Amino acid sequence: MSNLLVVAELQQDTFRKSVFEAVCHGKKIAKALGASVHVLIPGSIDKQQAAQLGEYGADEVLVAAEEKLKLYNADLYKSVIVNTAKQLDAQVVLFSATFLGKDLAPRVTAALDMVMASDITGYSVDGGNLQVVRPMYAGKVLAKLKLSGKCVISLRPNIFGAEKINEGQQAPVKDAQLPALESKVTVKEFSAKGGDKLDVADADIIITGGRGLRSAENFAMLEKLAALLNAAVGATRAAVDSDWRPHGDQVGQTGKVVSPKLYVMVGASGSIQHWAGMSGSKCIVAINKDPNAPIIQRADYSVVGDLFEILPVLTAEIEKNR
Amino acid sequence: MKIVVCLKQVPDTEANIKIGSDQKSVVEAGMKFIINPFDEFAIEEALKKREAGTAESITVVAMGPERTRDALRSSLELEVNEALHLVTEDDCIDGLAVAKVLAEQIKSMDYGLILMGKEAIDDGNMQVGPMLGELLGIPCISLATRIDIEGDKVTVKRNTDSGVEILESPLPCIITCEKGLNEPRYPSIRGKMKAKKMEIPQQNISLGTAGVEKISMTYPEARSGGRVIGEGPDAVAELVRVLKEEAQVI
Repeated sequence: MSNLLVVAELQQDTFRKSVFEAVCHGKKIAKALGASVHVLIPGSIDKQQAAQLGEYGADEVLVAAEEKLKLYNADLYKSVIVNTAKQLDAQVVLFSATFLGKDLAPRVTAALDMVMASDITGYSVDGGNLQVVRPMYAGKVLAKLKLSGKCVISLRPNIFGAEKINEGQQAPVKDAQLPALESKVTVKEFSAKGGDKLDVADADIIITGGRGLRSAENFAMLEKLAALLNAAVGATRAAVDSDWRPHGDQVGQTGKVVSPKLYVMVGASGSIQHWAGMSGSKCIVAINKDPNAPIIQRADYSVVGDLFEILPVLTAEIEKNR
Repeated sequence: MKIVVCLKQVPDTEANIKIGSDQKSVVEAGMKFIINPFDEFAIEEALKKREAGTAESITVVAMGPERTRDALRSSLELEVNEALHLVTEDDCIDGLAVAKVLAEQIKSMDYGLILMGKEAIDDGNMQVGPMLGELLGIPCISLATRIDIEGDKVTVKRNTDSGVEILESPLPCIITCEKGLNEPRYPSIRGKMKAKKMEIPQQNISLGTAGVEKISMTYPEARSGGRVIGEGPDAVAELVRVLKEEAQVI
């Protein structure tokens, strides 16, 4: 029987949300390939929690609870993953296309001389080969790719969804075997993100502001609305280039590509490059004063008018409806 | 120390992408091509390091079809020292195949630092930098927003999705560049004049048998959309109702 390896990412000693969809869809791919699913966790986690991945389809969970892996270091993480993939002779190594997955997956691919597809949004198995769908040109087109031989794939988060395939099932938890852990790169400093600021890449709801916001200060209105909805605040390229928002908040072809449940666009016209980065959102709402703005034609729902009048009313209405 | 910058020529961010009749290629007629925006940060950083005296020279390497020369010419206008064109008509979708060719080329070059964008905005693979590091056996730090070189050490700042990291690595190494690293400059008249006379050596390469094969390309499903709820604050109550009851997203 062949093996599929899922790399699970921790955040503050617990699983990131993307882990569950990675394991669940790892299982679906493995089933079609006749493979079993092994999950590798670099870092330490409560055994009980690790075992619960069995519900999502894990046949075995390997924990690499090593002090050196507490802080993320690409070389060390890569070594552990490569070592485990070799031991299992893994047919497929699966990551979530998070910051960490995007950083690690290509290293693992090169070290194991496999083939790779990043940020996939769909897959199928055809005669033992994996076929994947992934956006190109930031989503302006979708490409269907055939991967020959052993491969590494990363799943775009928030696309696939997770379900408990084997309700109540616990997976056996073992210690992962560790290779020599060495890196020329040292982490000099790490400062965790202040407060609980939600990243646009992780958020279920995003409220994005554009040129129409007119100043950095005015984004406070979006922050207020976002706080009520547990949403992240995004920004257009124009807003970032005006130094109103950090570039980490930028959505679009030269920023982040996102696919939340709800994307609210305020005071932004919807340029091609921005649309490419957010058109995968399930529901798009536009608030814009120009009835002819491209975004008004394309959004699911829109309200035409002055955002400075509409936003406070919207915030109050949401608060009332909580 | 010498710097090698890897760049890619890509369609302009505002370009509409039209799929060709073979379903695999993009119609290039009338399309504007630019230097990949993230690679512009790499070029700018290399120029800054040369101005600061930490780097002696900058070599720009690009892979791609004949038109790629225009991007290399643009980099020469910015007064990099030399440009090299690895010519291929192959589809560069397989990241590892690309990284292997680059590794083979760069291996024989004299370099202390390799810079490139964090990703190319056409395929968005985000693979080649870290792969190249692996193949060359040197560290790769991705998504730099600040790069400081002191002696044979480099300190890099980057934003991860959980915070801010400061990393230190010996040279040689590879660093991929993120927006925020610097503000790319425009070419000077002098640079433009100089670039006209410079040669761009070409070398034919082949990506070999790629493990990633493009079967087809399609457009994403068009959104039906387009429902205007109303105008001004009066429309807000209905918007909230629709989001709650119809779309069920809040």
